[in-house]
Amino acid sequence: MKKSNYFFVTVLALSLIMSGCQQGTNKSSNGALASSAAEKVYVAPGEQDEFYAFLSGGYSGNLTVYGLPSGRMFKEIPVFSQFPTSGYGYSEETKPMLNTSHGFIPWDDLHHPDISQTNGELDGRWIFVNGNNTPRIARISLATFETEEIIEIPNSAGNHSSAFITENTEYVIAGTRFAVPVPQRDMPINEYKGNFKGALSFISVDQESGRLDLKFQIMMPGFNYDLSHPGRGASHGWHFFSTYNTEEANSLMEVNSSQNDKDFIAAINWKKFEEYVNNGGGSKMATNYAHNVYDDRTHTGTSTMVKEVVTVDPTQVPGAVFFLPTPKSPHGCDVDPSGEYIIGAGKLSADLTIHSFTKMLEAIENEKFDGEAYGIPILKYEDVMAGVVKSGGLGPLHTEFDGKGNAYTTFFISSEVVKWELGTWEVIDRKPTYYSVGHLMIPGGNSRKPFGKYVVAMNKITKDRYLPTGPEMEHSAQIYDISGEKMQLLYDFPTHGEPHYAAGCPAELLASKSQKIYRLDENEHPYAVANPSEARVERDGNEVHIYMSTIRSHFTPDNIEGVKVGDKVYFHITNHEQDFDVPHGFSIIGQNTSELLIMPGQTKSSLWEPKQVGVWPFYCTDFCSALHQEMQGYVRVSPASSNIELSWSLGED
Amino acid sequence: MIFAAAILISCGGKEDKKEDSIKLSGKKEIKKEPAKSEASSDEVPASERITLDNKGVGEVKDMPLGDEIDQEMVARGAELFKTNCTACHKVDKRFIGPSPKGILNRRSPEWIMNMILDPQLMVEQDRCAKDLLIEFNGAAMANQSITLDEARDILEYFRTL
Repeated sequence: MKKSNYFFVTVLALSLIMSGCQQGTNKSSNGALASSAAEKVYVAPGEQDEFYAFLSGGYSGNLTVYGLPSGRMFKEIPVFSQFPTSGYGYSEETKPMLNTSHGFIPWDDLHHPDISQTNGELDGRWIFVNGNNTPRIARISLATFETEEIIEIPNSAGNHSSAFITENTEYVIAGTRFAVPVPQRDMPINEYKGNFKGALSFISVDQESGRLDLKFQIMMPGFNYDLSHPGRGASHGWHFFSTYNTEEANSLMEVNSSQNDKDFIAAINWKKFEEYVNNGGGSKMATNYAHNVYDDRTHTGTSTMVKEVVTVDPTQVPGAVFFLPTPKSPHGCDVDPSGEYIIGAGKLSADLTIHSFTKMLEAIENEKFDGEAYGIPILKYEDVMAGVVKSGGLGPLHTEFDGKGNAYTTFFISSEVVKWELGTWEVIDRKPTYYSVGHLMIPGGNSRKPFGKYVVAMNKITKDRYLPTGPEMEHSAQIYDISGEKMQLLYDFPTHGEPHYAAGCPAELLASKSQKIYRLDENEHPYAVANPSEARVERDGNEVHIYMSTIRSHFTPDNIEGVKVGDKVYFHITNHEQDFDVPHGFSIIGQNTSELLIMPGQTKSSLWEPKQVGVWPFYCTDFCSALHQEMQGYVRVSPASSNIELSWSLGED
Repeated sequence: MIFAAAILISCGGKEDKKEDSIKLSGKKEIKKEPAKSEASSDEVPASERITLDNKGVGEVKDMPLGDEIDQEMVARGAELFKTNCTACHKVDKRFIGPSPKGILNRRSPEWIMNMILDPQLMVEQDRCAKDLLIEFNGAAMANQSITLDEARDILEYFRTL
């Protein structure tokens, strides 16, 4: 009894001291409750969050937008997956966005968002994401929060060390996780070794339009290129990729690709490759990939098949690629804000390996090589290694930075975030996560200028964190305050799909330039109606085109006759509203695609193929006004043999 | 089967009759109701009231009109009206909303512009705008993000109607 009393008193005293310290160090203290976790995440009704956070949706194929510190979800941006909520991937305009060399693909696995940068700082123009499964990169506008472009990556498979951008958004970089035959061909799987290739793709970004162009692919040895990050500051012009399966095993990988004590971080001097290609280097290879572009004036996506790609043999560009030995199948490959340190997280290790960019350059200068792999020089581990973080954790995965000299690394196996200091490699703090954390994100934590106030840990396992919802649950995330010496767990919130990486930025970078409407007078959609007098119905063989407009609360026209069974009926609907947040929806009974949600000033088209004679209603799906329930109409569908003329009307007109 | 068909027929017959009677009484009621339910001081429907002294609520406080009608402004205004307003307003008849024909005989230039620029504020704070909303079945006028200059052009066009 006495013992436990003593213990209690000690704990009480300690906690008093600790809370005292916390209040003392918290400069933004607003009073007695300033240190409470609840107050730190509470965003009062009508107030707004400090940060945007873009969490990848993993197998949902989409990107979700959250506010920090509240953890509230604001939007799901459809990218690689059909999304009936808005009609993305179902509407005639957006179907081309999901076209690939494999045909129409309604889904992907979205992993890594990265916000565009200028001089290594977030600039909030675009956000880039990767489709992992059918390799693609997408560009999303941060003015409209809509997917504007998707480019397929040929010669790649498991597009995982993507989509990471260089410090002036010169390139989006996309590396293949799975090595494959290049070009693809019919060959025995067990002849992988020495024959498969690992393509690293460099996609240039037009600084005005954002348009993507697959400029060149480096055909690396057939390792698995797992993650990557750009150099910055002094190391700008380089890009670093972690690798595993340098064994080049093709079966029972969980054993066979973990044989080597060290795999590599590949250091790529992309400026040298760029120069080489600009001077006519590389070879043109026949290929076939889709490049899909959405135009927000025509509100329409177009898909173009590209037939050629420039490939580069890395051994032909001397001094441009080096391997840095890194223990235990490194996963995360992160570069600190100064660009000096490259952190390799050996996922089967307890330790982190930190390479020095300066030491790497010295070793290259002095040609201190430790052999080569397929003609690519391997540097000596001891020559490039700057330090090791002996964390005591297990299964390090990913590292972000606070801009104050500290790094934060997730440990999957031991379920924790560990804070450590760059340069001394000393562990400062560690906090548990719930459970089995994958990536973490500090807004700007992958740039020259992090905003080191919060870190979000995104977990793979949820178990008991929320009310149970059957065997399948959304993944959990935790937000920590990292403004002090010690991390403080603030809040726990569910996420959508399976977030892998995320990107965040201060709210003011995006909020003021977020677009409110599409201007009707800028609408260049070929089927738009500029005013209701242009609303009409036209027949072209068995195609019927209905040019329709909406405004609160009616469709023009709302009575249509002369449609026949077997017709392909296209509803082209222009929303004539010009006020913020007044979309109209459109749905018709038996619609095999999905509804449309049409933003003010926008035109969208839905294909309807009536199969039964009758008078079929359509209606607005978005509760748009007090008279929303009245926003409806009818299409009369006659037998295929009918000779009823097309007619349309609204009211008595 | 025969029994079921008989029921259907008889139901159909009843429905036809009902429909007629509903239509008749409905039409009568619609015309009467707004005036009846109006809590306003006068019995004249809002669309027929003359409120030339009322400038409405909003950014336009004073809008003197030139003696001559500016035809360039009229042309621009007509185009803007066609794109942004004709879904609900027809010149030749009452539609979702009232016709703008002769509106300058009933409303002040300031009121018209304020209504175009911020219909929501007007409905909240201006008595006449509120009564119009009730008279027109609660069909709220849409804010079409019209600029001050554009609203002025539309006003000039209204002078010609």
